Amino acid sequence: MEHQMRFLLNGSEVALTEVGPADTLLDYLRLTRRLTGTKEGCAEGDCGACTVLVGRLTPDGLIYEPVNACIRFLASVHGCHVVTIEGMSAPGGGLHAIQQAMIDHHGSQCGFCTPGIVMSLYGLWMADPDAGPARIETALQGNLCRCTGYEPIIKAAVAAMDAGGQTADRLAVERDRVAQQLRAMWGQRVTLEKQGQQAIIPADSADLAKVLAEYPGARMIAGATDVGLWVTKFLRDISPAVFIGHLMKDIEITDTASGREIRLGAGVTYTEALPLIARHLPAAREYWLRIGGWQVRNMGTIGGNIANGSPIGDTPPLLIALGARIVLRRGDNRREIAIEDFFIDYGKQDRAADEFVETIVIPVDENAQLAAYKISKRRESDISSVAAGFAITVDGGMITDARIAFGGMAGVPKRATGAEAALRGQPFAEAAFDAAARAVADDFTPLSDMRASAEYRATVAANLFRRFWLERSEPGLPVRLDQAVGA
Amino acid sequence: MKDANQQLGHAHSSIPHDSAIKHVTGRADYTDDLPEPQGLIHAYLGLSQCAHGKITGMDFTDTLASPGVLGVMTAADLPGVNDVAPTGKNDDPVFADGEVRYWGQPVFAVLAETRDQARRAAHKARIDYDVLPHALDPIEARDAGMGYVTEPLTLKRGDAAAGLAAAPNRISGRMRIGGQDHFYLEGQIAMALPGEDDEVTIHVSTQHPTEVQHMVAHVLGVPASAVVVNVRRMGGGFGGKETQMNLFACVAAVAAKRLGRAVKLRPDRDDDMTATGKRHDFVVDYEVGFDDQGRILAVSGDWYARCGFSADLSGAVTDRALFHADNAYFYPDVELRSHPMRTNTVSNTAFRGFGGPQGVIVAERIVEQIAYRLGLDPLQVRRANLYRNGQLTPYHQEVTDQILPRILDELEASSDYHARRQAVLDWNARGGVIRKGIALTPVKFGISFTATHFNQAGALIHIYTDGSIHLNHGGTEMGQGLNTKVAQVVAEAFQVDLSRIKITKTTTEKVPNTSATAASSGTDLNAMAALNAAEQIRARLVEFVARTREVAPADVRFEAGHVIAGADVIPFAEVIEAAYLDRIHLSAAGYYRTPDIHWDRKTGRGRPFYYYAYGAAVSEVSVDTLTGEYVIDRSDVLHDVGRSLNPAIDKGQVEGAFVQGAGWLTSEELWWDDKGRLRTHAPSTYKIPLASDRPRIFNVKLAEWSENAERTIKGSKAVGEPPFMLPISVFEAINMAVASVSPTGQPALLDAPATPERVLMAIERLRR
Repeated sequence: MEHQMRFLLNGSEVALTEVGPADTLLDYLRLTRRLTGTKEGCAEGDCGACTVLVGRLTPDGLIYEPVNACIRFLASVHGCHVVTIEGMSAPGGGLHAIQQAMIDHHGSQCGFCTPGIVMSLYGLWMADPDAGPARIETALQGNLCRCTGYEPIIKAAVAAMDAGGQTADRLAVERDRVAQQLRAMWGQRVTLEKQGQQAIIPADSADLAKVLAEYPGARMIAGATDVGLWVTKFLRDISPAVFIGHLMKDIEITDTASGREIRLGAGVTYTEALPLIARHLPAAREYWLRIGGWQVRNMGTIGGNIANGSPIGDTPPLLIALGARIVLRRGDNRREIAIEDFFIDYGKQDRAADEFVETIVIPVDENAQLAAYKISKRRESDISSVAAGFAITVDGGMITDARIAFGGMAGVPKRATGAEAALRGQPFAEAAFDAAARAVADDFTPLSDMRASAEYRATVAANLFRRFWLERSEPGLPVRLDQAVGA
Repeated sequence: MKDANQQLGHAHSSIPHDSAIKHVTGRADYTDDLPEPQGLIHAYLGLSQCAHGKITGMDFTDTLASPGVLGVMTAADLPGVNDVAPTGKNDDPVFADGEVRYWGQPVFAVLAETRDQARRAAHKARIDYDVLPHALDPIEARDAGMGYVTEPLTLKRGDAAAGLAAAPNRISGRMRIGGQDHFYLEGQIAMALPGEDDEVTIHVSTQHPTEVQHMVAHVLGVPASAVVVNVRRMGGGFGGKETQMNLFACVAAVAAKRLGRAVKLRPDRDDDMTATGKRHDFVVDYEVGFDDQGRILAVSGDWYARCGFSADLSGAVTDRALFHADNAYFYPDVELRSHPMRTNTVSNTAFRGFGGPQGVIVAERIVEQIAYRLGLDPLQVRRANLYRNGQLTPYHQEVTDQILPRILDELEASSDYHARRQAVLDWNARGGVIRKGIALTPVKFGISFTATHFNQAGALIHIYTDGSIHLNHGGTEMGQGLNTKVAQVVAEAFQVDLSRIKITKTTTEKVPNTSATAASSGTDLNAMAALNAAEQIRARLVEFVARTREVAPADVRFEAGHVIAGADVIPFAEVIEAAYLDRIHLSAAGYYRTPDIHWDRKTGRGRPFYYYAYGAAVSEVSVDTLTGEYVIDRSDVLHDVGRSLNPAIDKGQVEGAFVQGAGWLTSEELWWDDKGRLRTHAPSTYKIPLASDRPRIFNVKLAEWSENAERTIKGSKAVGEPPFMLPISVFEAINMAVASVSPTGQPALLDAPATPERVLMAIERLRR
């Protein structure tokens, strides 16, 4: 066991012993290191002014991802390489191609969002050198700019992609050496303490089970995209905290009689799961890219999204519709339950204090027609007013099974049992979906809040049944915005 | 490495922002980035948890016992006056004293060694209230007899009642227009450093250093000369730092003097959004009379504004709403009345457009309704009502510089408006889930502070003996490129490279009695003042060179880094050194005041605006009629900035204003709960546009042929605010798409913002 965390910050190695679980990376950078190029805009992971790159080891090597330093806990960058705007430059030390393009295209006005935007674009430029405007917009979902209207930023990004130069970039040139340095930091559990507050970084999943036994009631933190706000917004005490973002990353895919079964480690991030979603659940790809902004998808984990039990988490409606199960682990004991049974009531889940979500098991039924819908005030990087997952099985023109779950409609993500019943056994035709649209009104009693009124939620929920049918029945006229824009 | 400052400095060229390199490398210092003085302590505000109530008790026991806490300050601890009202109404307390008037009003401040300690301790205070009834909405407030926060205004020309009575067609309606949070990326912040005697120096993110100086002096009870206010740059302002930083600066200053230590105050985003004013929400009741061709004959309207608990700038904001209630249209008989309602909400303030947008959008609503009533293309109605030169506005200013007909002609052609409108009508005629809309809306925006005395500015130029130039002016840089434009003008005056000019922080020590950098006036005023300073020094240099080189003054020219005197070509630096040795004064204070403007608020007559800026936009949208979501397919803009000082910067202002304005009208929604608590107070709940929300095709052009008819700085026009109203075209296009579901051809009449929810609910209503 070690009592110091180690990481790389730009060009140098840092070793810290006094680190509290609630210390954020942003405060460390700005207050302790006076690296003031990284800004605080919102302290909740929604504006991107604090974006830095975090390089971490994966089975495929060292990868760099933009993350929000404001809600990223310092302890969670153990064994990582943190790159801030101060650590960015061209190979020769001058302006990086992205920085130069931002100047050439007048991409900054007040400049406060600029370092964060530059860092997001840097992450994209490295990961996807061929990115076009659409991909660039997706990469900037987590970066707000209030001055420019974004147009010159997109143009700058396109120019930077065209400029190329990735192989000569210092993060590419030094990657093997850095990876080696980072590898040397891992292997043992790290426990940190500051003013009686404890942060524990387990060595592996087996060690996590032990840690939870040793620290009953410890707070588990994976991506911190929610727990980060408990600290920055609600000033909550999270000690002792166990940092698990580096654990449970396994992905296994096996063929089954009706399709495939995907077993995702709870620590798989939204970004890590994306290729898998695109390949095996293409109907959910667009939905997936509307979960948070890129930084949030790089940090947030599917296990965390489930375990925190929110009624407005984005993955549960989809996973419930898919009939997913979760594996809960306590010590060396495991149990597997249907994910819908995990959500007991608002704020209450079927998980003991020393138990953790280890694996998500997703059956992919090739016979089911799948749809995932998210409705929000702003299309991207917003919390849903209503989210829904639909899985409908049709055999011989008859609906043989319907699994439909909604988020944002009740205190928990929940199946629309009445609507499902209205569909099951009916001919696959408009009448059945109209009936289901009427029936769903009795399945939920939604609330009104700042995101949406109860009336809007209910109307949209009903309309999604019409949408599901129209998408499959009326190919002549567009039924979705993405089919109509530019038409 | 290409350095912006290596380029030759000339007016009318697209030179990058002077801080661009610092922006992209993270080396641009904002107030929170400045090196902190040793012993700096932090203040944090405690906010009310009640929309309206008497304070019956304040218990700071737990706060004071918290780690690192050095003290608590309340209203009783202010040495001077407990007031930061910008208009002298004495209605804007620093700390609530006895009574709180909105949820989130500052009641006290905690001082502690670290910001985290101060923040945590602030949450431990217990304030007890005797809760009183509250009113949030302007109509609710009117009905509750809350009264006005400031004097209302009536603009009147002709006889609106008679005009309405005589009109062949009449429509009346009510429109609700939402407010808007500034969402400057850099929040409010102030750092105060105590000086000797009564002195204090403040670094603050402000658009109005002089007002901070006055307010701090006022609250400390010291003369203005004891207070120095500095601002290098802001991370966005948009009007949100015209008066709203006063309170933060005053609290930091009082704490600094009290403890003899430097003090920083930076609220978190939630407190910033809760405790600072926003764009005013309005409820507008209007009536219009018109003929069968769609010509407007008479308009009468009442603009009820949610001003909040105090006046702040609400008088001028509600005035400007009326000044722009005609937008670009001549109203033969007109009467417009403002109602600046007192409400139990944060005191609303300046925001880009300053009430103008809430006037303009009603004019466009009126046009839309006339068009639907008569079955016309709204553009026909717009054209039929455009001002012609010589016509009078409702405030009796003659329009003399009308260029909208040409702008509309060019934009109609370049955007292929008519064919695309037909295609949209055809698309919608097919029925289907996705409906489209297209709209072309013009903007006419009056330039000048309507408080005439604000239309003045100063600048200070020093030339040092090495030929380097120190440039200072009274304007502030918030991203709009003001410093770059002013430097271009000075570089051109001396014909030197921009790299020779050092643009320094704005400070009350160098240029006194400045106006806010607001009302789009920053360049108009400050570049003129700087040019005036440059011309004074240049005249002295010409005299010196002519005398020493024995040529006529008319034969002395400044050209490309040199001074040419007859046959002599002398490098600029050499001239400066020689002038110094000859004891020529190489420093000058410049000054400018806008000519020819006057305004008599009592009679509602005058020429409040020096000139108008014009523009127009065509936007096309797609709307999902099952969910109310939408996409801006395309926007084409043609905007008038006169003869642009810097086309790249001006275009950036137009694009930025467009997207910001589109946010106001679409996804940005302020939502209060029934307790009077603002629940959209962070980017997680308050949704400003993302990159993907901007128009999918976005063609923005400046009207390159335009030149200001008035004598402005090099024929340019102001650019900050006018383009903010261009995205009303988006709003009107959404209205058209929504209206297409009506079987009886009814207009959509959406309230703003047109959130997906409002859109869907309107669709459901129209379908029935």
